Amino acid sequence: MTDKVTVRVQRYRPEEDAAPWEQSFEVPYSEDLSILDALNQIKDQQDPTLSHRWSCRMAICGSCGVMVNNEPRLACKTFLRDYRDRGPVQVRALDNFPIERDLVSDISGLVEHLETVQPWLIRARESPVGEGAYLQTPEQMQRYAAFGQCINCGLCYAACPQFGRDPAFLGPGALALAQRYNLDSRDEGAAQRMQWLNADVGVWSCTFVGYCSEVCPKDVDPAAAINRGKVASDLNYAVNLFNILRGKDNA
Amino acid sequence: MRRSHEPIAWSLFGAGGMLLAFFGPGLVLTTALLPWLAAGDPQAAHAAIGALLAHPLGKVLVLACIALPLFHTLHRIYHGLHDLHLQAPRLPMQLLCYGGATLLSAISAWWLLLV
Repeated sequence: MTDKVTVRVQRYRPEEDAAPWEQSFEVPYSEDLSILDALNQIKDQQDPTLSHRWSCRMAICGSCGVMVNNEPRLACKTFLRDYRDRGPVQVRALDNFPIERDLVSDISGLVEHLETVQPWLIRARESPVGEGAYLQTPEQMQRYAAFGQCINCGLCYAACPQFGRDPAFLGPGALALAQRYNLDSRDEGAAQRMQWLNADVGVWSCTFVGYCSEVCPKDVDPAAAINRGKVASDLNYAVNLFNILRGKDNA
Repeated sequence: MRRSHEPIAWSLFGAGGMLLAFFGPGLVLTTALLPWLAAGDPQAAHAAIGALLAHPLGKVLVLACIALPLFHTLHRIYHGLHDLHLQAPRLPMQLLCYGGATLLSAISAWWLLLV
């Protein structure tokens, strides 16, 4: 007889449920069964009405973020074997985001914050394509490479207590992404991004809880990125101190 | 976008933390433990510290070692209370924490001038 494992899945269908509730499913267990496999098994074999996001199954696309036993995790990178003998596994939509349906979160707030910091190479003058690529040494790339690993999965936002209390806070992902471009030798847009880092909703809303870096599935370490952003914003404040005191600086 | 004035508090917090990390253990060792454990003559140690406090540079050093860690501690408490959801209205808490650190630093400076 096949071993079974109980998965408790959060359900929420806005047209018929007043509030989210929990439904238990029995899933055939195997050593290599991920949470995503279990959710797909439930949807394919047991209840086709279950809604969850997924795509790549290999921690690249960042779409299968859920709370597993109250911890933000990628469903594809989390295996049921690690939860054996610890009772039923509970899966629910990411914290700190509105729930659209079942395990699907409305991450439009995160997407807006990512766009705010202009996460692309900004140049004072764009070189014509014919001149070739902007060159960079491996050392120059190393300065931002770790922060460039972000897959925008939103786990750090689900982990961040400050974002939970104030969704206007740009949050760990967007601030790490801002740092990724500010540290890129090919980029000339740091001055444009500084106004966002300097703001109340920028780096200064962070109290360095550090849970974002713990849950990041790509080891981006957004908490370190924000702290480096604080140093940059601090220097920017000192450089502009005269204008700030004269009331001529509001960014 | 309104610029945050948090860099002032954070600079003092950072300076206090660095100072504590570098000099804190040494200060405890030289002012509290060594006079009793190694020097053998507590009165000579007391006189040496008195001489340090009499010198203007010594006063500045001691004031830095008192004032900056005060700002460091009260800044951390201010944000720690926010993290613990024990948040009182912002302005009175800022006055209490940063005002308190300023007041205690001023009292220390005054006392150092009198020594």
